[in-house]
Amino acid sequence: MAYSNKVIEHYNNPRNMGSFPKDDKEVGTGIVGAPECGDVMKLQIKVESGRIVDAKFKTFGCGSAIASSSLATEWMKGKTLDEAEKIKNTEIVQELSLPPVKIHCSVLAEDAIKAAIADYRKKTEGNGSV
Amino acid sequence: MKLPIYMDNHATTPMDPRVLEAMLPYFTEKFGNAASRNHSFGWEAEKAVDDARRQIAMLIHADPKEIIFTSGATESDNLALKGVVEMYREKGDHIITSVTEHRAILDTVKRLEKQGLKVTYLPVDKDGFVNPDDLNKAITDKTILISIMMANNEIGTINPVAEIGKIAKSKGVLFHCDATQGVGKIPVDVEAMGIDLMSFSAHKIYGPKGVGALYVRRKNPRVRLAPMMDGGGHERGMRSGTLPVPLIVGFGKACEICTQVMSEESQRLTKLQERLKEGILKNLDEVYLNGHPTKRLPNNLNLSFAYVEGESVLMGLKEIAVSSGSACTSATLEPSYVIRALGVGSDLAHSSIRFGLGRFNTAEEVDYVIKRVTETIQKLRAMSPLYEMAKEGVDLKTVQWARD
Ligand SMILES: Cc1ncc(COP(=O)(O)O)c(C=O)c1O
Repeated sequence: MAYSNKVIEHYNNPRNMGSFPKDDKEVGTGIVGAPECGDVMKLQIKVESGRIVDAKFKTFGCGSAIASSSLATEWMKGKTLDEAEKIKNTEIVQELSLPPVKIHCSVLAEDAIKAAIADYRKKTEGNGSV
Repeated sequence: MKLPIYMDNHATTPMDPRVLEAMLPYFTEKFGNAASRNHSFGWEAEKAVDDARRQIAMLIHADPKEIIFTSGATESDNLALKGVVEMYREKGDHIITSVTEHRAILDTVKRLEKQGLKVTYLPVDKDGFVNPDDLNKAITDKTILISIMMANNEIGTINPVAEIGKIAKSKGVLFHCDATQGVGKIPVDVEAMGIDLMSFSAHKIYGPKGVGALYVRRKNPRVRLAPMMDGGGHERGMRSGTLPVPLIVGFGKACEICTQVMSEESQRLTKLQERLKEGILKNLDEVYLNGHPTKRLPNNLNLSFAYVEGESVLMGLKEIAVSSGSACTSATLEPSYVIRALGVGSDLAHSSIRFGLGRFNTAEEVDYVIKRVTETIQKLRAMSPLYEMAKEGVDLKTVQWARD
């Protein structure tokens, strides 16, 4: 299968690859997918005053899955939680020119974004600081 | 050393230059129809076909008259199964095959099943072998055919063919063997192995694409087949159509070369296979061999690299042609059914890579592949959340995964 140049570029130079300590209170972590499906994505965000100041990913999956999560971290950085939550998988599909058989990779990335935000919100719930 | 490196010789092989040379005159000056009986052009073509039939028969210890030319192993598989099922309908309506056969067998069997045929699919053990005892138990008085492959195209496991042949003979059931990956790589003897029908293909043994053969036994027993192709009655009426003489000449030459070089070549390839395996295992942990350690094709190595996904490995090895058992492109995200049949967890099935060595691979290429595989797997593991979790001591099997 031929990959788009953008997918290859993200695969060769992944953005923001790595991990934050999960238990830090300013960190939200989303892990989606399953090994037996051939895709697992971990997205993490670091939040200060309601804004995502940093993001990291680790992905087990095909090149398109790696590129989708790499792109997601790029797009999330600098956005507020509400803005980041609006990132749509279709935008990822368009940016990376993903073929139909790879759309699930973008869906997974969108799920991972939402999961990371939800995790952060759950952590900070009740202590008033958003 | 030249890049890219071709190490996918189970998919197809480059033609041996000696094969091409043998073929060339038959495209131009020696263009006759082998079925033309009244002039020298036809006689010349017929002689070339006869010679090729002899060269091919010699490689598998058959009689030249038992070779039926087809377009390739897919057609041979179709002809064997459909031809026997139609011809022996009165005798029974049950056949036995195995779960790791090539699609050319499994899809043909599925079509026949829809038309009322009863099919037993034998399982395989963790190394990919069919168990002869299972076969014995599956045979009924309605069984007309056993179709079991010689060597698997993904994991290289070589089935106990002679034992299967013996069981088939003792029960009076025909035995078809898809030997596409075995012929030319390991010794094949249709007599000693008790094979009644056998499929194989030229392009897997450094011959041209578009030609193959079905061996059809003529004595003890004489196997009959309903043809799929009606017409001029070529190939003992089993496969009509003007013979592609240049392709057949190439197929013959390819078999002749295999007869000459096979024992030496298989030793050389076994050494390269071991060099590749040991080189990779020395550099990386949690790499698992698929298939049997020794009862495998000399040219096959199939490894699962834990915590990384096969397609992303291929992407990293862009200047090396190998193949992945992972089929992440399909909507169902199903990994290889062959690897799954071994009982390998589907996470490892997603991470399998098939290396197919061949006549033209060198030790230098193998060393380059070891280096690039090592780099790629290390890079992808650094990126893998599963590797990270495993290193933290998390048992991945107990994790509750969030699925969509
Ligand atoms: C075991 C086996 N059977 C059948 C085939 C089909 O062969 P062909 O390409 O000659 O139709 C192949 C090739 O992929 C094979 O490996």
